[in-house]
Amino acid sequence: MPNIILNGIELSVPDGTTILNAAKQAGVEIPHYCYHPKLSIAGSCRMCLVEVEKAPKLMTACSTTVTDGMVIFTDSEKVRKAVTGVLELMLIHHPLDCPICDQAGECGLQDYYMKFGLHKSRYDLGDKIHKTKHQDIGGQIMLDSERCILCSRCVRFLSEVTKTGELEISQRANHSEIGIFPGRPLDNNYTGNLADVCPVGALTSKDFRFKCRVWFLSATKSICTGCANGCNIDAHFREQTMYRVKPRVNDAVNQAWMCDFGRLEYKKANEARLAEPTLRQGGSDRMPGWESVIAEVAFKLKETVDHDGVDSVAVIASPQSSNEELFLVRRLADEMLRTPNLAFTSRVAGEGFSDDLLIKADKNPNTRGAKLLGITDGGFDALLQKIADKKIKTLLVFGNVLGDLDDNEVATLLSAVPFVAVVGSNEGALSRAAHAVLPSATVFERVGTFTNFAGRVQRFAAGFAPRGNARPELDIVIGIANRLGAGWNFTDAASVFGGIAASEAPFTGMTHETLGESGQNATEAGNA
Amino acid sequence: MELVLTTHFGNDQYRTIGTYQELGGYVALKKALGMTSDAIIDEVKKASLRGRGGAGFPAGIKWGFLPKNDRPRVLVINADEGEPGTFKDRLIMSRGPHLLIEGIAIAAFALNAHMSYIYIRGEFVKEANILNEAIDEAYAKGFLGKNILGSGFDLDLTVHRGAGAYVCGEETSLINSLEGKRGWPRLKPPFPAVVGAFGLPTIVNNVETLADVPWIITNGGEKFASLGSEKNGGTRLIGVSGWVEKPGVYELPCGTNLKDIIYKHCGGIKNGKALKAVIPGGSSTPVLRPEEIDVAYDIESMAKIGSASGSGGVIVIPEGTCMVRILGVLMNFYAHESCGQCTPCREGTGWFKTIVSRIENGKGKPGDIDLLLDLCDNMMGRTVCPLSEAAGMPVKSFLTKFRDEFEQHIRDQKCPYGNKFQSAHA
Repeated sequence: MPNIILNGIELSVPDGTTILNAAKQAGVEIPHYCYHPKLSIAGSCRMCLVEVEKAPKLMTACSTTVTDGMVIFTDSEKVRKAVTGVLELMLIHHPLDCPICDQAGECGLQDYYMKFGLHKSRYDLGDKIHKTKHQDIGGQIMLDSERCILCSRCVRFLSEVTKTGELEISQRANHSEIGIFPGRPLDNNYTGNLADVCPVGALTSKDFRFKCRVWFLSATKSICTGCANGCNIDAHFREQTMYRVKPRVNDAVNQAWMCDFGRLEYKKANEARLAEPTLRQGGSDRMPGWESVIAEVAFKLKETVDHDGVDSVAVIASPQSSNEELFLVRRLADEMLRTPNLAFTSRVAGEGFSDDLLIKADKNPNTRGAKLLGITDGGFDALLQKIADKKIKTLLVFGNVLGDLDDNEVATLLSAVPFVAVVGSNEGALSRAAHAVLPSATVFERVGTFTNFAGRVQRFAAGFAPRGNARPELDIVIGIANRLGAGWNFTDAASVFGGIAASEAPFTGMTHETLGESGQNATEAGNA
Repeated sequence: MELVLTTHFGNDQYRTIGTYQELGGYVALKKALGMTSDAIIDEVKKASLRGRGGAGFPAGIKWGFLPKNDRPRVLVINADEGEPGTFKDRLIMSRGPHLLIEGIAIAAFALNAHMSYIYIRGEFVKEANILNEAIDEAYAKGFLGKNILGSGFDLDLTVHRGAGAYVCGEETSLINSLEGKRGWPRLKPPFPAVVGAFGLPTIVNNVETLADVPWIITNGGEKFASLGSEKNGGTRLIGVSGWVEKPGVYELPCGTNLKDIIYKHCGGIKNGKALKAVIPGGSSTPVLRPEEIDVAYDIESMAKIGSASGSGGVIVIPEGTCMVRILGVLMNFYAHESCGQCTPCREGTGWFKTIVSRIENGKGKPGDIDLLLDLCDNMMGRTVCPLSEAAGMPVKSFLTKFRDEFEQHIRDQKCPYGNKFQSAHA
């Protein structure tokens, strides 16, 4: 543990710590562009120059490891002049098109100019070098070479993380330019990360392009629902509209990355949403309000149990539901309906694509959670057979998908059930075939936890209120159960999670607080 | 005067192995193969052989930097010779290729390296061909390849042609280029002696440095040291260009007076003109005024007057030459050759060019000189490799020593010599 003195602060840091990271520990910001914690060290932007006592030259903080007794200054006159000087050089050919640049508001050049620059330009506008603008280089990415500061983060990302190497720097000196090889666009499933690693507006997202100024966006910490990996994300929204998601660093799950599929998952929160609780009879829709719809569903369930027996009702749970929701769905089926007909499936249409980086074949965020909570997927096909055999009179379905069935198969199957209640957030074959539609909140509109493929329990937070008249699934389940006499008095997802921790061994000792921002591993994760 | 390298360079056949051997070639290699590695390195240390590429680092000490481990070592020969004004390694390779090959074999034996690469400047097509022919001859005679002269020592030597980048004369970008990568300098540490070519411990030596080695082995390090000045053993090949009566490459003892080089050996300034300036050691070394050139041409003496003997390329500038235009030509070069990796050099060299060109073209602005000097401060010492220094040193020295000429250009908004500077790479 070398002891160092940084700006007069005495510090003890682990062996091999760089000056930049030591400073971070001391709460001292050292500006940098080419350094990225998850990529190799380039040491080329020269923004992180610091003064080290007895060293003849300024040193790059990103590449210099501290040694015992090192005395470092990050704010001396010499350092300030050097950093401002580098920033000035970085900006001389910059097109200054911030008013039409998507990066504006979260741009490394803007931020550091305000902190370390504020210099008057000494460079003539007419001498600026112009490069190619708005190039579609494939994947989710647009490239504007004029805005590029050649930090090479994107080049390193593609060579070190995806190992696909589509981008390179060509030409020399101030004509250097990043680009793809002719006719060979970006070709991997992680292109969206390039817009994140780019500290300036050179690589921007085609999807987010010109949609919204970033300062109008709010963010909430969420979990990607695109597959069982459970990548940690920040969800960016304005009012009740989602605009984009960005990966949130979690070394145990997704490092600093996410895939291109997950990045577009947010669109489901904006499109084809179910907004109003609806009862449907003989082809006509009624929207009598939540109380009536929940009462009707509860009544149908109870009526069927009473008249036809517990084997005539069924509940299809969803691996898209949270642990809290699944826990109460199980209890609803077990304790209120006392039916053996509770199952779920993680199957999806088509083959589940997977790779060895992040993408999992299981396209559901909480299959593991469902299993850890004792809900089986083994009985799913048997349940479908019961439905097809017209043995089920009342069916309660959660989620937006019914396994790998296509729309026609869903419609045919559900036509065999006299009363189908669907709890879901989006329109589809299920909601069209339902007799009762109970619109539920998306992941961005509710609170809960998912358990990823490896058994990591992770929390997601609500960014905004559910669209239209939708409600969190938890409220719907509690509503139905209480109509059936459950007498549950859970106040929120955290209190339900308390119930999980109390009775479900894998979750023992956990609370929403202890999960924190990066989650905890379920105790039976290793052998479940 | 005793010559180390060029004694037989007048003989056209010296480049063939037969003549080279008749004139005493490859005797040193035989002798070296009978010595221990430490004894060879000691001899080179005693010789005070300083690297001839430009930095002047003592060769024997450099060889001692290899880590004491079992990893295969690589010997790389820097034949990139890209520094403007320098053309002496080219002479060795075309006139005495076996001197270099013999030096390589001895050095590789001392370093226990079995792989060796000559990284030669891409434009040196003729020299690469001569080297390849000479290497084939050396293999055929058993001076290269397996079990050299029955010693049990193996060495393979390959010529690798560069692709035309000045920066690839810097040893780490040379190594990247040799590996087939973009010619960008590497961050140090690790230094090439620890992690170099193909991740292996690597020594990079200049052509002339290694060509000196056979003579040192034959005649002894002390004898070599005594040829030169203090701390600067042996002779140097000095390439003199510009306005002198007899430009060319001269082999002279280290520490020869620079004024003598120009006036005695090269016959003085052409057509009796007056001397205006001398760039003493390749384009990046600080320029000297006429009154400064009475100095010993060795590393310490040149450093004392704030310049350097660098790569041994002396550029002689006569009266009537526009110093602004010369700086413009140099800045054009550096702006073209910056590899573009580090921000200060990538953007700064281009800015240098922009400002110096406008001054020369009568569009200089008040404050341009101070702006250039401030830019020097913001660039020099702020980059991975010394290219920003190489560009900054001429700027600083030209502006310091010929400031009035720059001021006149700006004041009169024209070049007093009537020159117009055309930038080659707009």
